[in-house]
Amino acid sequence: MEKRVIFKGWMLPALLLMPQIVITAIFFFYPAGQAIWQSMFVPDPFGLKTQFVGLGNFEYLLNDPYYRASFLTTAIFSTLVTVVSMGVALYLAILADRLIKGSGTYRTLLIWPYAVAPAVAGVLWMFMFNTRVGVVSWYLGLLGYDWNHVLNEAEAMGLVVAASSWGRISYNFLFFLAGLQAIPRSVIEAAAIDGAKFWTRFRTIVWPLLSPVTFFLMVVNVVYAFFETFGVIHTITSGGPQQATTILVYKVYSDGFVGQDLGSSAAQSVILLFVVGVLTVIQFKFIERRVHY
Amino acid sequence: MSEHSGMVQKRGIGHWFTHLGLIIGVLFIFFPIWLAFVASTVTQPEIVRPPMPLLPGGHFIENYSKALFSGVNAPVALMMMNSLIMALGITIGKIIISLMSAFAIVYFRFPGRTIFFWLIFLTLMLPVEVRIVPTYQVIANFGMLNSYSGLIFPLIASATATFLFRQFFLTVPDELTEAARVDGASPMQFFWHILLPMSRTNIAALFVILFIYGWNQYLWPLLITTDPSMNTIVMGIRQMFPSGDDLADWPVIMATSILAMVPPVIVVISMQKFFIRGLIDSEK
Repeated sequence: MEKRVIFKGWMLPALLLMPQIVITAIFFFYPAGQAIWQSMFVPDPFGLKTQFVGLGNFEYLLNDPYYRASFLTTAIFSTLVTVVSMGVALYLAILADRLIKGSGTYRTLLIWPYAVAPAVAGVLWMFMFNTRVGVVSWYLGLLGYDWNHVLNEAEAMGLVVAASSWGRISYNFLFFLAGLQAIPRSVIEAAAIDGAKFWTRFRTIVWPLLSPVTFFLMVVNVVYAFFETFGVIHTITSGGPQQATTILVYKVYSDGFVGQDLGSSAAQSVILLFVVGVLTVIQFKFIERRVHY
Repeated sequence: MSEHSGMVQKRGIGHWFTHLGLIIGVLFIFFPIWLAFVASTVTQPEIVRPPMPLLPGGHFIENYSKALFSGVNAPVALMMMNSLIMALGITIGKIIISLMSAFAIVYFRFPGRTIFFWLIFLTLMLPVEVRIVPTYQVIANFGMLNSYSGLIFPLIASATATFLFRQFFLTVPDELTEAARVDGASPMQFFWHILLPMSRTNIAALFVILFIYGWNQYLWPLLITTDPSMNTIVMGIRQMFPSGDDLADWPVIMATSILAMVPPVIVVISMQKFFIRGLIDSEK
């Protein structure tokens, strides 16, 4: 799409674009280029010189059992976060959509956790399940269950998934509710008159009509789980126990800043860059399709 | 649930089940925050001898003033100030540069325009989390560690907002531009007197989204603010936990967690209409 009516001159637009171009060049393109450049070098043990290794860092990473484990951890983590947060949100949205009045009130009550930072969500959940003072872990202990996410890998994963999904429910709820409310009442009522029960109506009418929203949310939630949950992981588990919750973004941080292995960290950045690229293409492909509906 | 009572919307028993389900959901969402609030109003001994009480105690003022004015590493009031400057810097900075470049891209033809557009588009793809190490080096080379500009600039360098304003400007009728030109208005007069007032709702929506994005940043401030007096509140909470086996000061930490939520929650609730619109628009 283009404007037919435009203004003349090139000085003014150049000036207008200048701030964005300068900031993007310095803080975006230069670092991104650096990441690609650094990914092809390894520093010597004293950190004085670097040696060119080409794709060596990538080769090393893809054969590194820890990196492969981190890939698997990320896959499990993001799948669980997506399924849990979307499942709960869809359930609540279906309920809110059934109300004639009052869905707005519930919407207000449910949306504000969106404003809670992932890192703060992490602290809240860590507090509830703290092995020493946590209320939930204490009551679990009464029931005979010994909760310890500091040592138990599955419990650690469960906790970071719960904390990450919790903050995400609001967002998914908003989109599901908007999607449900966009479905024409008449279609659903016609099915109800024909005697279709709730589940039949949901399976045959609502779910298919909701699928564009569902698909969009899937992509967005995977992106969220990949990149925005760093705060949750860092506050609750710091990637442990035994790297059981070290997702890819956490590994870029821990290898780059804690381990000071810049070449490997840069190579990991480049791999992530590729992952984001693929996700973005999927998202835009889908949006293009939605525009044609 | 009884399927025969109403047609699609529920009345009678089914209606109450719907409310019950939603109330359980709301309670589930609220519970972690309620617990944090209770912990911020009781004393340390009440927390470390589990189970802690589930109703607020009488130490609200004591814990909050301790957090705000002395904190653990730095007073929380100072950290909130840092967060506010960072969030507003990101929000306002991004809105201004995006308005300017979207105006240039949509309303002018100049050499390299398509290239600029695609360069900007590329930045949509790469969150700061992915390029942390080299960006950190850039900031360190500029001597911008522990500074507001170091906190703000790298997070302005993405073009989501530019993209959004571009989409909006494209929907502004050409007749308005035509009329402005006939009246002899300069491009900047058109921008100030016509385009900017028309963009008010979009700016408000973007303000909510960007403010929350800025306030809630964690990884970036964690890397570049080593001086506690430059910490932001969201990243500062984690720094309040002692290393090793020492006992954390739970009432103060939980008061800080609550304080960290208050500003963004107020923004979301008070600007709910713009927020929902902005959220749905920004994902289109």
